[in-house]
Amino acid sequence: MNYIDHESVAKKTNSRLLKNKVLKSIFLAATMFGLIVLAILLYRIVTQGSEYLSLEFFTSFASRIPENSGIKAAILGSIYLMLVVAPISMFLGVGTAVYLEEYAKKNKLTNFIRINISNLAGVPSVVFGLLGLTIFARFFGLGISILAAGLTMSLLILPIIIVAAQEAIRSVPKELRDASYAMGATKWQTILRIVLPAAIPGILTGSILALSRAIGETAPLVVLGIPTILMFTPDSILSTFTALPMQIFDWTKRPQVAFHDVAAAGIIVLMTLLIIMNSIAVFIRNKYQKRY
Amino acid sequence: MSVRERYEADLSELNRKIVELGTFAQNALDRSLKALENHDIEDSLLIMDEDIKANRIEEEINDQAILLIAKQQPVATDLRRVIAAIKIAADLERIADFAVNIAKSTIRIGNDPFVKPIENIHQMHLQTSTMIELVLEAFMEEDVVKAKRIAELDDKVDSLYGQTIQELLSISANSPDKLPQITQLSFICRYLERAADHVTNISENIFYLVKGTRYELNK
Amino acid sequence: MTTTVKPKIQVPEKKKESASRGSVYQSNQLNLWYDTNHALKNIDLDIKENEVTAIIGPSGCGKSTYIKTLNRMTETIPSVKTSGEIIYRGKNILEKGYKFEELRTKVGMVFQKPNPFPKSIYENIAYGPRIHGIKNKKILDQIVEKSLRGAAIWDEVKDRLNENAYSLSGGQQQRICIARCLAIEPDVILMDEPTSALDPISTLKVEELVQELKKEYSIIIVTHNMQQAARISDKTAFFLNGEVIEFDETDKIFSNPSDKRTEDYISGRFG
Repeated sequence: MNYIDHESVAKKTNSRLLKNKVLKSIFLAATMFGLIVLAILLYRIVTQGSEYLSLEFFTSFASRIPENSGIKAAILGSIYLMLVVAPISMFLGVGTAVYLEEYAKKNKLTNFIRINISNLAGVPSVVFGLLGLTIFARFFGLGISILAAGLTMSLLILPIIIVAAQEAIRSVPKELRDASYAMGATKWQTILRIVLPAAIPGILTGSILALSRAIGETAPLVVLGIPTILMFTPDSILSTFTALPMQIFDWTKRPQVAFHDVAAAGIIVLMTLLIIMNSIAVFIRNKYQKRY
Repeated sequence: MSVRERYEADLSELNRKIVELGTFAQNALDRSLKALENHDIEDSLLIMDEDIKANRIEEEINDQAILLIAKQQPVATDLRRVIAAIKIAADLERIADFAVNIAKSTIRIGNDPFVKPIENIHQMHLQTSTMIELVLEAFMEEDVVKAKRIAELDDKVDSLYGQTIQELLSISANSPDKLPQITQLSFICRYLERAADHVTNISENIFYLVKGTRYELNK
Repeated sequence: MTTTVKPKIQVPEKKKESASRGSVYQSNQLNLWYDTNHALKNIDLDIKENEVTAIIGPSGCGKSTYIKTLNRMTETIPSVKTSGEIIYRGKNILEKGYKFEELRTKVGMVFQKPNPFPKSIYENIAYGPRIHGIKNKKILDQIVEKSLRGAAIWDEVKDRLNENAYSLSGGQQQRICIARCLAIEPDVILMDEPTSALDPISTLKVEELVQELKKEYSIIIVTHNMQQAARISDKTAFFLNGEVIEFDETDKIFSNPSDKRTEDYISGRFG
């Protein structure tokens, strides 16, 4: 007895193929929506801001006159901020991931910590700003400094780095660890010589993506009360500073239309920076793609 | 519970062929003796012609055993079964050859009346035939006890052989003109004695097949 | 005249030779549980030095578990409980506080899937000596060459020591893993189905190698491949449902096993 009636199957083939085509176009449209919006955005910003983009734009401080405005303080501030955020967040993130993946016993407490790290990634950045303000700025008395903002930002991106590092560590095959243990290596020797070298590409990719999030983040800085107009560059991690997104945010708030164009120029700089960082991440990922 | 049906089927086919060859050899021996008793030259010629069948079955057994080893890699009892099959087939084929030899002697004796009644030869044949039957049963049932009994029967054949040869020798002293027939009759005795020894070899192989160790049954 | 039926069972030469060899591993009433799963039951095995001991049995019979307890790789699995003892060179390795890192420098292991490190061939071999504190480049060079020669792969890789081990074929990778294991100058080599991921020719090469290695090392090999056990081992242990059903000379196991279950397994009637 045949369960498949080949004649009726043949009849239905055309409609099935049509359905397939229609859905394909719908999904393509969904993909294009994001791309088109991005393209429009880029076009507007580039046309708006390009006339303000010049060498002076990078070497001048902020000003009341749009033509004289620059991002010297903001870009330096952002760089200093990254110099604080990168080591702190990577050390804490990778350390946590190594502990959770390699050392921690699989029990309820570990599970609880794991779930909460994922939850932490979902907390709005404003809340981190409040946390930073309360703990680092006020409680530890760091004030509105690079260190306070850096610690806050580190906390903000910590969950991303932890999760990325965990994934990277987990993807190192168990067989490699076994081979190392079977030769009498200790856990730490195995982590240092086998697990981390194999996981480094994944960890770096995740960390760079996390840092690029930090560099574009505004809300925590607003909550911390970072100034926007600063006529000097920071001299230590305890001095106050401003950052690119703060500067842009400030310019867009101004009533003068010309400042909106200056903001667009700032956005171009910020986006270029982000694209460069993301490209580095993609490059690392491709170059060191899993070879096992 | 067997997961190797083809293999099992091949193994039992091998067994079936051994029994077929054994039955053929026993039959040929029986017929050759009957032909001897009746001076039946025609049937003797037929026996010689039909021996080719025994050779064919033996070849089939060997080919199949080789294929089994090459393709199925038998181990332990299975391997012993295959090796035993090859050896047993050779013994059975030899027994069939003895039937042919007896048939040839019958032809040589022709219509000459026997110098004496061939009662002893008849007895030797009965024993040998019983041994073949017993050894085939022992093979089919993998019965070690039966296999051991073969040895006792072989002793009887041996003593009958000695006795008969003595008798034939004393006759030959008195009637030298009968020497050709007496020679043929001694040959026949020898053939039957040898056939019984081959049966004993087979029973040893059965013992090895079942137990995996060797027992010397031939003295 | 009566027939005397007397057994002629000869003691094979090998057996005598084997009896005079010292023991490497003695398991006494070894039991092992994964949670509530009783994986090894009252295992008593006496493994001799300079022999190849094969462990065979159907999937889930405990053979891999057993070999992993011999270098305490079972430590990497949580919720494992053991009772009884495994005596390695006179010491019970299951005793509390036994430093298994030390044990593992004397007991090398080769795994089912070739698992070289994603490093150069040289670094793979030098890994063991390095973690045990050898830094002298000259000594490392010598160890690398000696180990690669020992694993019969020196000629194939001597000109490409700095290439990534992953550029080698599966069979070569497995021999690199064997060389890596020789680099720690072990006393025993444990092999957990070392050829199950290899093609037939590579498998034969590894088997040849095992025959060579047996002169200097004691080898315990778990295998799914019964013919392999028959080809390369001196002794064979048949495991079933966590128990040792039969442990004897390989010649005996494959020609005339004592237990019906062993016979059924080796002749492919189950498992």
